[in-house]
Amino acid sequence: MTTTASSVASTPPTVGRVSGVLSHRWVRFGIRRLGRLLMSLAVLVTASFLMIHLIPGDPVRGALGPTAPTALVEARREALGLNDPLFVQYWHYLQGLFTGDLGTSLTSQLPVADIVSQRLPATLTLAMLGFLVSVAVAVPLGVLMGVVTRRGRGRRSELAFTTTSVVLGTIPDFLIGVGLVYVFGVSLQWLPVAGNATADAYVLPVLALAIGPAAILSRIFRVEMVAVLEADFVRTARAKRLPSRSIYLGHALPNALTAGLTICGLLLGSLVAGTVLVENVFAWPGLGRTIVASILSKDYPVVQAIVLVYGVGVLLANTVVDVALALLDPRSMIAED
Amino acid sequence: MSELRFDDVTVRYGTARRPFTAVDGVSLTVPEGQVVGLVGESGSGKSTLARAAVGLAPLHSGEILLGGQPVPRRGRVRPLQMVFQDPFSSLDPRMTIGESITEPMPPGPGRAERRAEVERLLTLVHLDPDVAGALPGRLSGGQRQRAALARALAGQPKVVIADEITSALDVSIQGAVLNLVRELQRELGLSMLFISHNLAVVRYVASHVAVMYQGRIVEQGPVSEVLVDPQHAYTRELLAAVPGSRPPTHARPARSTS
Amino acid sequence: MSRRWLRVVRTPLGLTTGLLVTAVLVLAIVAPMLWSDRAEVIDTDHILTGPSGDHWAGTDSLGRDIFFRALVATRLSMELALAATVIGVVVGLVLGSAPLLLGRRLGRLVTAGVNIAVAFPGLLLALFFAVIFGVGATGAVLAIGMASAPSFARLVHTLVAGVAALDYVSAARVAGVGRVRVLLRHVLPNIAEPLVVNATISAGGSLLAFAGLSFLGLGVQAPSYDWGRLLFEGIGMIYVNPAAALAPGLAVLVAGLAFNLFGESVAKGLGVSTVGGRLTVTDEDAASAPALSAGGTDEHALDGSPSDLVLDVQDLRVSFPGPAGPIRPVRGVSFSVRHGEALGVVGESGSGKSLTALAVAQLIEEPGRVDAARLQFRGADLREGPRAHRHLLGTSMAMVFQDPMTSFNPTRRMGGQLAEVAVHHQGMSRKQAMARAVDRLRAVRVPDPEKRATQYPHEFSGGMRQRAMIGMGVMGNPSLIIADEPTTALDVTVQQQVLDLLQAIRDEDDVALVLISHDVTVVGEVCDRVLVMYAGRIVEDLPADQLDGGAQHPYTRALVAAVPDMHTDLEQPLAVVPGRPVSPTDVIVGCPFAPRCPLADDHCRTVDPPLAPVEHGIKVACWHAGEPLGLDEETGELVEADAV
Repeated sequence: MTTTASSVASTPPTVGRVSGVLSHRWVRFGIRRLGRLLMSLAVLVTASFLMIHLIPGDPVRGALGPTAPTALVEARREALGLNDPLFVQYWHYLQGLFTGDLGTSLTSQLPVADIVSQRLPATLTLAMLGFLVSVAVAVPLGVLMGVVTRRGRGRRSELAFTTTSVVLGTIPDFLIGVGLVYVFGVSLQWLPVAGNATADAYVLPVLALAIGPAAILSRIFRVEMVAVLEADFVRTARAKRLPSRSIYLGHALPNALTAGLTICGLLLGSLVAGTVLVENVFAWPGLGRTIVASILSKDYPVVQAIVLVYGVGVLLANTVVDVALALLDPRSMIAED
Repeated sequence: MSELRFDDVTVRYGTARRPFTAVDGVSLTVPEGQVVGLVGESGSGKSTLARAAVGLAPLHSGEILLGGQPVPRRGRVRPLQMVFQDPFSSLDPRMTIGESITEPMPPGPGRAERRAEVERLLTLVHLDPDVAGALPGRLSGGQRQRAALARALAGQPKVVIADEITSALDVSIQGAVLNLVRELQRELGLSMLFISHNLAVVRYVASHVAVMYQGRIVEQGPVSEVLVDPQHAYTRELLAAVPGSRPPTHARPARSTS
Repeated sequence: MSRRWLRVVRTPLGLTTGLLVTAVLVLAIVAPMLWSDRAEVIDTDHILTGPSGDHWAGTDSLGRDIFFRALVATRLSMELALAATVIGVVVGLVLGSAPLLLGRRLGRLVTAGVNIAVAFPGLLLALFFAVIFGVGATGAVLAIGMASAPSFARLVHTLVAGVAALDYVSAARVAGVGRVRVLLRHVLPNIAEPLVVNATISAGGSLLAFAGLSFLGLGVQAPSYDWGRLLFEGIGMIYVNPAAALAPGLAVLVAGLAFNLFGESVAKGLGVSTVGGRLTVTDEDAASAPALSAGGTDEHALDGSPSDLVLDVQDLRVSFPGPAGPIRPVRGVSFSVRHGEALGVVGESGSGKSLTALAVAQLIEEPGRVDAARLQFRGADLREGPRAHRHLLGTSMAMVFQDPMTSFNPTRRMGGQLAEVAVHHQGMSRKQAMARAVDRLRAVRVPDPEKRATQYPHEFSGGMRQRAMIGMGVMGNPSLIIADEPTTALDVTVQQQVLDLLQAIRDEDDVALVLISHDVTVVGEVCDRVLVMYAGRIVEDLPADQLDGGAQHPYTRALVAAVPDMHTDLEQPLAVVPGRPVSPTDVIVGCPFAPRCPLADDHCRTVDPPLAPVEHGIKVACWHAGEPLGLDEETGELVEADAV
């Protein structure tokens, strides 16, 4: 082979970049991820702003009722700035967001920011506990089931596990909640079913919130684990004659986790939203009860703010998951886009 | 006349900020009645060039002319047809072979004429005309690739582009498809742009060859010249890399230790 | 098609849920006609009573029968859920197929919007839309429909993009078929099944979501009632009459699960690919085994003492359980490899060549089964299982796989993946092992090995990765490298470099090589001896220099003549082997090549020829070995010589 020839061929255009650029890649990833977060935030803020304006009819009239005097409605409209041109209102809305001013409740006249900050911790605790419990159950269970049922083994345990997890994963959290209330609250009377005054009051709401996601997540981790165990690189690891422990934990698990993590993000999001229903089952003093009450009483500034808070929560959850994914699997940084 | 001519063709992908030039100022002519081989490795841009010709890839600059006219990229009449690499994905699994072959036919003739034409084409590619009623799932890889050739011919093309049409086939079947290509060229005077990474295959079916490397054509000319007396370093390397082109190493005696 | 649906219904889950779905739909139609009166009659004498013979689920605060209310509520619940599903599906279809119809730029905008919307959970979207559309049944239908649209759009988009990327869509566009027609004729029919399945699942989801909204008081308003509304009313009196909450809760649960699980089981039933073809186990394999072992014994007599052998394989068989009895892709293979020898194994897909390699390397997992009369590697009996000789195999047998892209762990750095071998088998410390890894990377001519060792596999090019794979094999001191199509995924020029590298390693350390390839020319160039496999058997075992001209088996001769090389006669057609290669699931009687063989006679079709030595160190399994073959000048088909 001639020297010219080999020099041509050993530098194809796709040769991997040198590791000095690695940090650049992190910067690029950070910027792109931040850009996406800001973009989604902008959409979210705009949507929550427009919400009031998309409601057919006059929201203030709707909130105050048909019998309220026109002068009062007009004064309220003026106070809320609803008579300004749309973009001026949007500008004021953005200004308010930056200064922590979320407006005033139509019914209680309290600052919305106060209502939200008072209710937020209870919801946040519930969501975080639910998430932790479901992940703590799902990951070991799913991975274990994956190893047990790999390559078509353990057909019976696979069927039992899959059926149970599908059923549990499909039942909405509020129905699980109702069931738990009936069994542990009404029949057995073991646990409190309302409020968050005592530690044991957390058990049922957290369970109601966590069972579904845990079922879904463990099923996903099982599937991922089974798929990863079929992968070529696991065959390579076996060809290296590594001990099983090292094949399962060292090679298969990180890849199964990476794949399952994406779903974790989505699940965390729906878990945040799930608190709305669970809070209403268990009279949990959080945002979920407040938003439903506010929707029914047409207290739109409160609704608007809580929708925003939920949305931001979901977006942050997704971002955290993406960053975790990038840490675990360097490919995901470039795989996007 | 109906020669296919690429005139300074450039194809770019990606965003304006990060453009990727897949094909970079390529000029190439497929003369009437000839098979021109286009060789190069994956990522060299050869398939992109083909896709640009049939309107599946955006043309950044340059012209692709057929008989002096721009190749039509819209409308029912397509004088440039293409045969794809993988016969398992190039036929709609829910359409019978007959329906697939009918699709590119120019509008006009009635049902009976179309059916007769399908039969004629299937016979031409050495398939049983009864295959027309079958779904592609019932056919082997080699049979599907013949059907795909028949579909391309149904468009009454002036030029056919064949993109790696044998590389997804089993070894014992490739020969049959290559024989067919040569037969069609001889008997119908078909013009063809034959894309392959395999120089021996190109040598067998083509009269001219163009070598593509990193989006550019680095060498082109008659097969008898380019493959015998290559001018460009890359062409020489490609030739050196063809298996069986070097003295075999099995002359080396196997030593025994112990 | 109908048979596949039948298969769905035959599974216990599919059948149960299918019946349940039907029952719910029937109930939705008949329940209001039959029991509206009983569900709405107010009985102030029996307010908030528990379950009794008259009222199976008790009564509500107006004394109405909760059991019948739950039955009658089926219709409204189903109507609303289906309406919401229809909205979701239609909007989702429009948004999801927009990129195909609108072209690149506008399509990307729609997709971006969908991607943002899909990040928000459905319930949150439903609440958002519920505020806009107002509290009540209509608002809730719109809200749930709109809320389910983004995820459906994403699904449609993914499915459409998947089909649109296939060559048959490209072919249709090249044929001049317009975008709308492509969507209607080629794309939608091919994604219809997953769409219907997901719509069914989505109907179940809507039902449950609707119950959720009604439960919050945001959905159906009194005096109308659906299951969610009943649940909302029932939960308030759960201490007085739990059945008031449990009855509608159970109803919604059963109906929602029925739709959901029916969809899931249909998805599973349609998605599962099954092994085609039938297989009946015959004793024919076993009968031919003695002949083969006899051939193998000869080999020892001819080729030298057993201590000279790196690998000695006798009557190797691989089988997998199939739907109709075991599938036997490798059916009695015997060969041996001497020190420093390069053995090529050629064959087409399905010939069993890769499985032979995996079986020898003890890499076939359950439920696959490997049997052999002898399987010795450097004197160790590998039939004792892979654990017994872990360190020997880990250091002395190197594997190189076809696809260097997927054969490395994507989440771990290259150096660590190499070093691991030395840590486990050679007792090195991490640091020593890493130094060895860098040294080995240098040995396989990876430039700048110190830096490369810290990189991830995706930062390597294909050829570089395959070098690293070889480097991993030489972490120990291998006496055998098994390379399974090591260059098939690589470009021609890179392919040559990898083959050269393998050659260099063999020259240096007297390593034996088993090279598996579909490419006769590659094998002929690199190897000393070649095994030709067909249908799980070795049909010919010959020195590589005999391939061109000296081969005895008609299949080998056809294979050589079917592939053009740089010296092929341009005036002659290429050899054509009629028919298709045998699949491991096919039933084989007699010589497996007989149906495609121009020389085959009735004897060939009934009795399988054993692998027997002939001249020039060749062994061949053919009753007509070496008989003259001709080439039909017209078609290239191989014919008996005197027929030309």
